Amino acid sequence: MAGVRERALAWLYHRPTAKVWSLLSPGILWLLLFFLVPLLIMFAYSLMPRGTYGGVEAGFTLEHYRRFFEKIYLAILSRTFFVSLLCTTICLLLGYPVAYVIARSGKWKSLLMFLVVLPFWTSFLVRTFAMIFLMRDTGLINSVLLKLGLISHPIAILYTPFAVMTGLVYGFLPFMILPIYASLEKLDLSLLEAAEVLGARPVARFWRVTLPLSLPGLVAGCLLVFIPALGSFLTSDLLGGAKEMMIGNLVQNQFASARNWPFGSAASFIVMALVLLAVVTYLRVKDRAADGGR
Amino acid sequence: MGSRLPKWLIALTALVYFFLHLPIFVLVAFSFNASKFSVEWTSFTFQWYRRLLERGDILRGLRASLIVGAISTVVSTLLGTLIALAVGRHRFRGRTLMEGLLYVPVVTPEIVVGISLLILFVLIGFPLGLGTIVVAHVAFSISFVVIVVLARLEGMDRTLEEAAMILGADEITTFWRITVPQLLPGIMAGALLAFTMSFDDYVITSFVSGPGSTTLPMVVYSMVRKNIEPSINAISTIILVLTTLLLYLSERLTRERPLPGTRA
Repeated sequence: MAGVRERALAWLYHRPTAKVWSLLSPGILWLLLFFLVPLLIMFAYSLMPRGTYGGVEAGFTLEHYRRFFEKIYLAILSRTFFVSLLCTTICLLLGYPVAYVIARSGKWKSLLMFLVVLPFWTSFLVRTFAMIFLMRDTGLINSVLLKLGLISHPIAILYTPFAVMTGLVYGFLPFMILPIYASLEKLDLSLLEAAEVLGARPVARFWRVTLPLSLPGLVAGCLLVFIPALGSFLTSDLLGGAKEMMIGNLVQNQFASARNWPFGSAASFIVMALVLLAVVTYLRVKDRAADGGR
Repeated sequence: MGSRLPKWLIALTALVYFFLHLPIFVLVAFSFNASKFSVEWTSFTFQWYRRLLERGDILRGLRASLIVGAISTVVSTLLGTLIALAVGRHRFRGRTLMEGLLYVPVVTPEIVVGISLLILFVLIGFPLGLGTIVVAHVAFSISFVVIVVLARLEGMDRTLEEAAMILGADEITTFWRITVPQLLPGIMAGALLAFTMSFDDYVITSFVSGPGSTTLPMVVYSMVRKNIEPSINAISTIILVLTTLLLYLSERLTRERPLPGTRA
């Protein structure tokens, strides 16, 4: 055994690059084979004609992307985009104040943080079911309203755009709170004191000091909500009716029932392109925020 | 500082917390309610939990999820820790490109991961089943392990390692006796994250699973779809308790008791 050990040491000593790559290669290989390569194959599929029994045939076509200019698919695309945008906005409006309060809450901080992280770790499926349990016709909200005599028939809450939006906000709000809290927590309080001494009123202190300094967290939070909302599938699947279809549901349909793999691949690639666009925007805003902070 | 927060801000925060936790609270409470069809509280019962034990599909799903979770956690933790060591401790060509590759899985929507892997497996003729689920789970959790372990690695004090080397320990001994023990909480936290992600995943799993490889979230999904009896509340409660426990463990590992030699 000792011989092997000595030889291994000598080998590592003489080849630092070999050492790095022996650490890296298993994981990187896995990511290349089972992440990057599948994405590339998916892209290739989106450019090939549809096969008769699912799958694809050899050839090249832009037909699947062209279909997205048809009214019905354009509607799904724009709905997905605007629903994600609205969800991000609502999460920001609710999440920023909460993150602010947590960052200023002193001894309650760790408890309040734990209560934000908890749903973050809770099964998304279970949380979506919790929404159904409240919203369905025989659910808690309708039962309570009936009991109070405020309504005479159950009102439709589930399978509406409202249900989908509520479900998305409920699901992704912690993603907004966490990064904003992280940047507010790091904020140098002496800057606020300086602003106060120099005569800035609370509102001005917030807009001129706190908000600009928390911008990186804010933008990161928006990204962390916008991306999963774009690709979301479970929420609209379980809380929305057929009318609330998002692009995630379209992708799922093409693979599960419609058996049009290349079209599903094209839809999926469009999601990926939107995500990359969001990431690039984030990186640019982050750079600018870093410059502006000086 | 606390007293200077405006009242409306505190009220809004309270409302948000209410919104975040009330649904789950209601869900758990009604897993103990005897009434089958209405949400009217009748009496306390454990019958929905007993019902779970009679359902073979739930037990089989749990078994599948535990097997997949255990294997994919071990593999992704191992591969992720190795990557973190390389990235955190070495400069090398292609490092930026590598970091880019690591962030792709973090930002890729689950549905995209699911279908692209499905296409790959069908293309190369790999039979769908527990094996393909494990491969997929490892693929999406490696990056998260790397991020968690790297965070710990970057907060570590290197002087202990240097001291060990100066005192004559070789590289391998130093690694096992100094680096690994210091890094362990990070590795454990990464493993817990990987397990939770695997145990929870429905979207990706539903694409790459085959006949006879139904995991627990897939069973729960079909129960939610059929919208039947409070057994769903019961199994949801069990899943909740389990993940809360895992979260608590990982909080303890990452926050408390910094090992000697780590910077506060």
